[in-house]
Amino acid sequence: MRHILPNRGRWLLAIASIFAIGLFAAACGGDDDDAAPAAGGSASAVTIGFLYVGAVDDGGYNQAAYQGQLAVEKLPNVKVIKAENVPESAEAERVMEQMIQQGATIIFPTSFGHLDPAIKVGEKNPKVTFLHQGGLKTAANVGTYFGASWEANYLAGVAAGKVTKTNKLGYVVAFPISQTLLNINSFQLGAKSVNPAVTTTVVFTANWCDPAKIAESVKNLKDQGVDVLNQHQDCPGAGIQAAEKAGMFSVGYHVDGAKFAPNGWLTASTWDWTKLFVDLVNQVRAGTYKVGQIRQSMADGTVKLAPFGKAVPKDVQDQIAAAQKKILAGELEIFAGPIKDQGGTEKIKAGAKQPPVTELETMNYLVEGVVGKIPQ
Amino acid sequence: MSFVTSVSTGAVRAGTSVMYASLGEVIAQRAGIINLGVEGCMLAGACAGYIVTAETGSPYLGVVAAFIAGGLLASIHAFLVVTRGANQLASGLALMFLGLGLTAFFGRPYVNVQITPLRNYPVPFLSDLPYVGPVLFDHDLLTYAVFPLAGALWWFVFRSRWGVMLRAVGESTESAFAAGLHPARIQYMAVSFGGALAGLGGAQISLAYTATWVENLTNGRGFIAVALVIFAMWNPLRAMAGALLFGGAVALQLQLQARGVGVSPFLLDMTPYLLTIVVLLIWAQRGRDAFPAGLNKVFRGTG
Repeated sequence: MRHILPNRGRWLLAIASIFAIGLFAAACGGDDDDAAPAAGGSASAVTIGFLYVGAVDDGGYNQAAYQGQLAVEKLPNVKVIKAENVPESAEAERVMEQMIQQGATIIFPTSFGHLDPAIKVGEKNPKVTFLHQGGLKTAANVGTYFGASWEANYLAGVAAGKVTKTNKLGYVVAFPISQTLLNINSFQLGAKSVNPAVTTTVVFTANWCDPAKIAESVKNLKDQGVDVLNQHQDCPGAGIQAAEKAGMFSVGYHVDGAKFAPNGWLTASTWDWTKLFVDLVNQVRAGTYKVGQIRQSMADGTVKLAPFGKAVPKDVQDQIAAAQKKILAGELEIFAGPIKDQGGTEKIKAGAKQPPVTELETMNYLVEGVVGKIPQ
Repeated sequence: MSFVTSVSTGAVRAGTSVMYASLGEVIAQRAGIINLGVEGCMLAGACAGYIVTAETGSPYLGVVAAFIAGGLLASIHAFLVVTRGANQLASGLALMFLGLGLTAFFGRPYVNVQITPLRNYPVPFLSDLPYVGPVLFDHDLLTYAVFPLAGALWWFVFRSRWGVMLRAVGESTESAFAAGLHPARIQYMAVSFGGALAGLGGAQISLAYTATWVENLTNGRGFIAVALVIFAMWNPLRAMAGALLFGGAVALQLQLQARGVGVSPFLLDMTPYLLTIVVLLIWAQRGRDAFPAGLNKVFRGTG
């Protein structure tokens, strides 16, 4: 018995592990139907892979990108493979290689940290086009796209600066990447444009989606008198609920989160990737796509401001609409000089125009009025 | 709110989930079984609790479901290692992935569903006390329950006849068997109960703390709970202290940031592991004395 049992145990365990890993892979790999190799498709049929760092219904970043995927799926002769929960590691390379084996010729790695894996896989597969979301560098067959969400955050800042009673705003973010810093800075600049006494306190959670840590951050900000919450997280729902419970106002991110905060909801910076994704796919198929860094804005309709909550008074809504008009017309430049960092150093000289987006995306400082330090 | 009050309140809020899981793992390991799948059990509890709450509208039914789900998942581990003699480390890790995969799959339709969360019940008068009021007397029922539970489990392990049986099995199943006990039955109960408590820990996150379900909601807290068991030297009261230290480290880090003091969240995330290493360094010998001898089998193999 003592010899037989352990062996049988090991077998059972092996089966259990395979079962577990299989389930895990199934959960990660999305629909099996999608993953079946293309058979007998017409010559012009194209297979497109989408990678997500989280779940496509996270009520945030991934959900917004997934809406773009759904628009692409409606194109004729398009087959889509999706992979969720793809970590920002070598695992992403494996997933992309698999997609290519299944015939993918266009791949959308949608998370910031999927860029280096995409470049690596791209070197080995020169015929595949990679369209990366938010990347700050390109390669021969790896282009990037993103949107100036900070434009909408400037407008959200105007709302926040107007409604705050304590003049203290809070921003719960994941990692100190430049796009996050841009969002924080433009939020503070927007708030300050209508309320010179306002400050924005930043808390870093070092995780794209840890609801418990977000909720705890919100409570700690509340203890410090902060009464408006903004977030740069993949899953902002928990934070919005925590803020509502604490009687704070909320600005959302990625998708409209008004349902989580019937009282405190202000607005959100949201994405509409549908048109851009469809355009990009059409360009690649037509052979007209050129690798580069595409940056869209509110003017393109990619970056949007979500509908206002009842907490935003009518006159403030009008004020924001006026500012939005100016931004769209190019009359209002958010990062026109002078822009000073937290130490008072002039980072963009007085009188200087707003630097081009590619330069803005190298931002590595927080502006005057932001409380908190960038973790090293 | 003062700095100390803020951090202490945060320690209780952030520490409760880990405390449940850690207490459960103390009981399992006292029976001589290591369950590395605590993370999976927490997720099972968090997810099942959320689904039942969303469907019935009652977070208390959700808590019951969390207890059952965590216990059921852990009983798979008990079956594999007790009945089939499988390797405990491999089985535990498989359990973690199983929990992650199952909850990702079944939880999917509920990601954006809102629930009625477990509400806070401030204790009349006591919650108005300065300092201790917010720290101890303004929480949800799951949080209130964990402290008496830690005390009860301490009494159970060290002062009750049942505790003697549990520890006897954890030291040597053969001797316990010779003494007329049913080691397998006791190990099943201990491992399942441990998983059930981990399920409650998960429910505290999904039903009370965040009122949210997303995949991998627990973000590694189950592994912290396992590390804390070693830190606690298999003592429920020390596990309670360890979980509060962990919660305190989380809250301290966020409170410092909220006050504009620069600290690295990356460094402070390591706190529970650093604590464990420090304890291992300082109390290596005492730790060895407290170590349930039956756990040696994990490393020697049971064959």
